[in-house]
Amino acid sequence: MSFRMPNGAKVEDRPTRRDFFKSGAAFATMTLAPGVTLMAFGGSAASAAVDAGKRWGLLIDTSKCADDCDACVTACKTENGWEGNGDAERDVQWIRKVTLKNKATGHESSMPVMCQHCESPPCVDVCPTGASFKREDGIVLVDKHICIGCRYCMMACPFKARSFVHEPVNNQKPHAPRGQGTVEGCTLCVHRVDAGGIPACVESCSATGNGAMVFGDLLDPSSEIAQRLAEFPSVALRPDLDLNPGVRYAEI
Amino acid sequence: MAIDRTLYREIPVTNGLWASAAVLVAFLLGAFASFVYVEHHGHIVTGMTNQIVWGMPHVFAIFLIVAASGALNVASIASVFGRMAYKPLSRLSGVLAMALLAGGLAVLVLDLGRPDRLIVQMTHFNFTSIFTWNILLYSGFMGIVAIYLWVQMDRSVDPKWTKPAGLAAFVWRLALTTGTGSIFGWLVARPGYDAAIMAPLFIAMSFAFGLAIFILVLQGLCRLADTPLGQGTIDRLTRLLVLFVAVVLYFTAVQHLTNLYAQEHAGFEAFILKEGGLYTTLFWGVQVVLGGLVPLALVYGRSAPVTAGLARLVSGLVIVGGIAQVYVIVVGGQAYPMELFPGYEVSSSFLDGEVAAYAPRLPEIALGLGGVALALFATGLGAKVLRILPSNLSDHNLPG
Repeated sequence: MSFRMPNGAKVEDRPTRRDFFKSGAAFATMTLAPGVTLMAFGGSAASAAVDAGKRWGLLIDTSKCADDCDACVTACKTENGWEGNGDAERDVQWIRKVTLKNKATGHESSMPVMCQHCESPPCVDVCPTGASFKREDGIVLVDKHICIGCRYCMMACPFKARSFVHEPVNNQKPHAPRGQGTVEGCTLCVHRVDAGGIPACVESCSATGNGAMVFGDLLDPSSEIAQRLAEFPSVALRPDLDLNPGVRYAEI
Repeated sequence: MAIDRTLYREIPVTNGLWASAAVLVAFLLGAFASFVYVEHHGHIVTGMTNQIVWGMPHVFAIFLIVAASGALNVASIASVFGRMAYKPLSRLSGVLAMALLAGGLAVLVLDLGRPDRLIVQMTHFNFTSIFTWNILLYSGFMGIVAIYLWVQMDRSVDPKWTKPAGLAAFVWRLALTTGTGSIFGWLVARPGYDAAIMAPLFIAMSFAFGLAIFILVLQGLCRLADTPLGQGTIDRLTRLLVLFVAVVLYFTAVQHLTNLYAQEHAGFEAFILKEGGLYTTLFWGVQVVLGGLVPLALVYGRSAPVTAGLARLVSGLVIVGGIAQVYVIVVGGQAYPMELFPGYEVSSSFLDGEVAAYAPRLPEIALGLGGVALALFATGLGAKVLRILPSNLSDHNLPG
């Protein structure tokens, strides 16, 4: 319905049915759009930062990794807001210190183990909903919005790099959303990487002076990580599976 | 001797029926309470951990899902392989198969970390996941068996369609169990899995578990409906059951012999066969001896027809052995530590390199039993409202 003012201008006195639908659509868009685009990771903002020409990786020099140092683990907890309750069986562990002992020689090495960000990640293959996914720059993540908590990825991961959240979680970090009943693991500090930074574990390792961890683009021949990998021998965990992980170890 | 017409009747309402229903409803309520409790507090209140991520609910769920496809075999033997003695049991076979699958899936879904996101699973499919394929196989199984039942039960449908429908259901059930076995067979990470034999092993297991449950349910329903059940039928079904048991033993032997031949699997085999404590006891004592060799000896060791009591005993033993087998596969396969780097021992604060402990708690056991109760309740309800149970299963109806 409409009427005209004395000056001839047309004025709507009440919304038409078309207006109603228009406003409804606008309202729905405003309400739903952020939800649709707000994915824990890999959403619109994060995707914009993903560069398919890069492959982020880590090189861990176990000869520089001190047995009694767990600065990387502490830094990860602080950065991403996960903390255990002293229950080793049920606590989540995004990163842990592991000791490898050569069965034949008895030689021991200490090193951090986290998600290995495989090129062919078994967790991504088995995830029924696609919540486990690999970004184009090689970072393997869990979309917390579509993880149903089936734990098949945990069955499939050869590195025990995924944890299931067994309890309600508090004090979450905005950049690292967590949720009871979903699976989580190392994100390679994707929020820092997308902003041009380096993972918290690598930063803390440097701060201790050990400098056992190097982060960088495996595809960039001029990067420190690519040069060191090219120059010195290194290995992947579970090399028999041929998963081509983004995390490499030297001097095991 | 004249053959009676096979008439199908709903089971009558009796005190026994009400009592059975009441017991099953009690288990269903227990499972629901368990679901709400775990949903509220998180999986911290269960025995499952970040080391043993799949526990008792998965043992029950996988047992029921595997048994579901096996329960359909009785119908397949009649429709696909033309053995008329099994024909009167076809309808019950189909209903039991659907009910067992529903029970297993209910347990699986209610144990999810986020069961409220089931709709997410229905709208997001990752086709590289065998789980995704299984969802389609399970849904398809329900649909195909429903059609198979309809073809058998609707008198307006030409009986010539029974065989094609039965054949489709038979092929589908083989695919379904292949999918269930492949949940483990395709897991490359763990030494206890990663084996193609998981698929045929699971198919053999389904034949045995499904028929064992079928024999018990058939006897139970006949008693509730006061329907005569001839010893010839019982004898035939039980002898077929132990044949399936022998096939399961065969595939189990091949599974372990193959692993023993590869040095890389020697540690896992030593764990299951020799040093695994509970898992070794369950494997040899319950799965192989109680659930395998004893039923074989009890049935093949007698020339007289198998009695109803012996059939119940044998079926019960096969079920107990079967649950032990699924437990050893699911939990034992996770309990054995993964090797991070070949040739190295591993230790950490996350229990790397250690055999993982698992002590199931009441909530997960209650949930699993709820799945069994749901399957039995649905079967009973089916027999109550549908004409699936023949009014006479006496021996003089048996051909030849």
